[in-house]
Amino acid sequence: MESAYLDHAATTPMLPEAVEAMTAQLGRVGNASSLHTAGRRTRQVVEEARESIAEALGARPSEVVFTSGGTEADNLAVKGLYWSRRAKGANRILISAVEHHATLDPAHWLGDHQGAVVEPLEVDEYGRVHPQTLRAAIERDPGSVALVSVMWANNEVGTVQPVRVLAAIARDHGIPFHTDAVQAVGQLPVVFADAGVDALTLSGHKVGGPMGTGALLLARGIDPVPVLHGGGQERDVRSGTLDAPSVAGMAAAVRIAVARQAETAVRLTALRDDLVTRIRQAVPDVILNGDPVNRLPGNAHFSFPGCEGDALLMLLDAKGVECSTGSACSAGVAQPSHVLLAMGADAVRARGSLRFTLGHTSTPSDVDRVTGVIAGVVERARRAGLT
Amino acid sequence: MRLRVLAAMSGGVDSAVAAARAAEAGHDVTGVHLALSANPQSHRTGARGCCTIEDSRDARRAADVIGIPFYIWDMAERFQRDVVEDFVSEYAAGRTPNPCLRCNEKIKFEAVLDRALALGFDAVATGHHARLVDGVLSRSPDEGKDQSYVLGVLTREQLGHAMFPLGDSTKAQVRQEAARRGLMVADKPDSHDICFIADGDTRGFLERRLGTAPGPIVDASGEVVGSHEGAYGFTVGQRKGLHIDRPAPDGRPRYVLSIEPVSNTVTVGPRSALEVTTVEAVRPVWNGPVAAPYEPLACMVQLRAHGEVYGCRVQVSGEQVHVALDSPATGVAAGQAAVFYLEDTVIGSATIARAA
Repeated sequence: MESAYLDHAATTPMLPEAVEAMTAQLGRVGNASSLHTAGRRTRQVVEEARESIAEALGARPSEVVFTSGGTEADNLAVKGLYWSRRAKGANRILISAVEHHATLDPAHWLGDHQGAVVEPLEVDEYGRVHPQTLRAAIERDPGSVALVSVMWANNEVGTVQPVRVLAAIARDHGIPFHTDAVQAVGQLPVVFADAGVDALTLSGHKVGGPMGTGALLLARGIDPVPVLHGGGQERDVRSGTLDAPSVAGMAAAVRIAVARQAETAVRLTALRDDLVTRIRQAVPDVILNGDPVNRLPGNAHFSFPGCEGDALLMLLDAKGVECSTGSACSAGVAQPSHVLLAMGADAVRARGSLRFTLGHTSTPSDVDRVTGVIAGVVERARRAGLT
Repeated sequence: MRLRVLAAMSGGVDSAVAAARAAEAGHDVTGVHLALSANPQSHRTGARGCCTIEDSRDARRAADVIGIPFYIWDMAERFQRDVVEDFVSEYAAGRTPNPCLRCNEKIKFEAVLDRALALGFDAVATGHHARLVDGVLSRSPDEGKDQSYVLGVLTREQLGHAMFPLGDSTKAQVRQEAARRGLMVADKPDSHDICFIADGDTRGFLERRLGTAPGPIVDASGEVVGSHEGAYGFTVGQRKGLHIDRPAPDGRPRYVLSIEPVSNTVTVGPRSALEVTTVEAVRPVWNGPVAAPYEPLACMVQLRAHGEVYGCRVQVSGEQVHVALDSPATGVAAGQAAVFYLEDTVIGSATIARAA
């Protein structure tokens, strides 16, 4: 059966150029830290990748710290910045209530075990952090804020945050600002230097690169305490032999995704708007979650009243539509999304939600497939109800 | 006929092979693991075989090997309410519940089956060792593993949507087949005991839920011979753990004869006093090939899981079931099921209320 892959926010197919760059390197020997010819050859690949990513994202090459992925980059930013700032007496972590777990959980772990005071920044019904919210939180006691972390765009509901404005507020008080831009790169213009942020998380496989690789862009002068200690390969902030094939693949993907970003955004916005319109026609009482305007071009996130998200996902999967409930799992048991709850949704609305995300391989026929089956699927899921 | 089958997969070997057989028979099979605990443990402890994160991974891996879709259904609330709370309140009422039977009745073939039917499935398949042919339930050829007793409470309607693909096989055959199919759970130990009591300490579990309630242990004459910390900790026919420091006058071991929750009294006596020849039961279910016996019917009855089978004459009047045993039975506890058989075929069941 042919299927419509509508889960690009989970992972998106690798770009052919990324596959080529990665496979070319897989067959070569050499540790980028070695001094001999093979090592220099590998270092050349890694440094070219670093320069390419820096150029694509408006950063300096020295600001690119390679990691094993978005989760590690988020952990390094939150834990590392907290530890370095705590040494200077700051212990408050201001973090948006709608962060990905890779940011939220390190912060709460620091709260539970390391004396941090975690203060979630409230969001409005669309999932936006208002500048005034951040300003008020900082001004309660500016000197005690260790760091601020607000994602560029939300992975579940797609809402884009006013990162530049928020970062400027933190900057006024000399507080480091981290943003998780995993979903934003390739869909929105992301320029590190212009954004005014101190740390920015990037993931390889979300932009058409390989899984298991990512980066933290770290402004000069920002020195988090390492999470991984060892050979000190990346600015003494991150240790571990550099994964040259993956880094090369990610660099190719970032370069292309950023070069095509404007065109991709226009194309995906049109497809996404068509998807939203037709799902509303098929299911008139559907609720579109997230910011109606300032959202990721490829994101459409709905609540289907009276349905269980799990049931919708299963029925759609059986009809060749691959999407996500967008919620976190423990032992695979879906919990109501903390993002939707923070936006003021009740648990029933949160449980009946589904995320469709489009990407570089999406076509109008994907939209046709989901909009063609959604009415019947919702009707059936409603019959099964919320048990 | 090709059916849409929902295979309940616990992560154990039986349900994995059952799902594989249903798929091989040409049905459109979807695997579902039932999450029954709100706070699952990461790893199995001892011989328990369900309800941990490890078990849900085992189930998913088995589904992948079989090549069927797999999902996890959160049934923790229903399980808590219909099985765990019921278990506690039954003990508090002086009865001895069978939670596996209750889980089949209220979770697998009610909550799960209802949801499955609403979602467009035709049947729920499980790895139970029992035969089901044209809606008629009978014993597994593997006497030691036969689970027809814990399925005997299902109604005709429930059995009509059930599928037990292991019906004709022994456990040893199932394990061999799992190995042949490359299912990694082939060697997984059998599950025992009660899945929601991780350490196997039922009395401790009940004590945490019900608190201690000291009361007397008396003999048949009413003389106090000992004390207990809660009548719910006992079951009829129990001999161990009575902690009576005086021997019986005749020097014979003493057994629990009855539990009276209102006066919080446990009555003990000799084994001979445990013998009963009549059983009164309630909530009759007639699910087999013969009609409900409004006139006495000669058949066989099983009074607990893996228990002996007795010849009897059973008669239904309204919601009451009267069972006259051909020979005395011991250890007949209120709350257990009486399951009636003709040869190996289940014809019905009822819940034991009293025995004398």
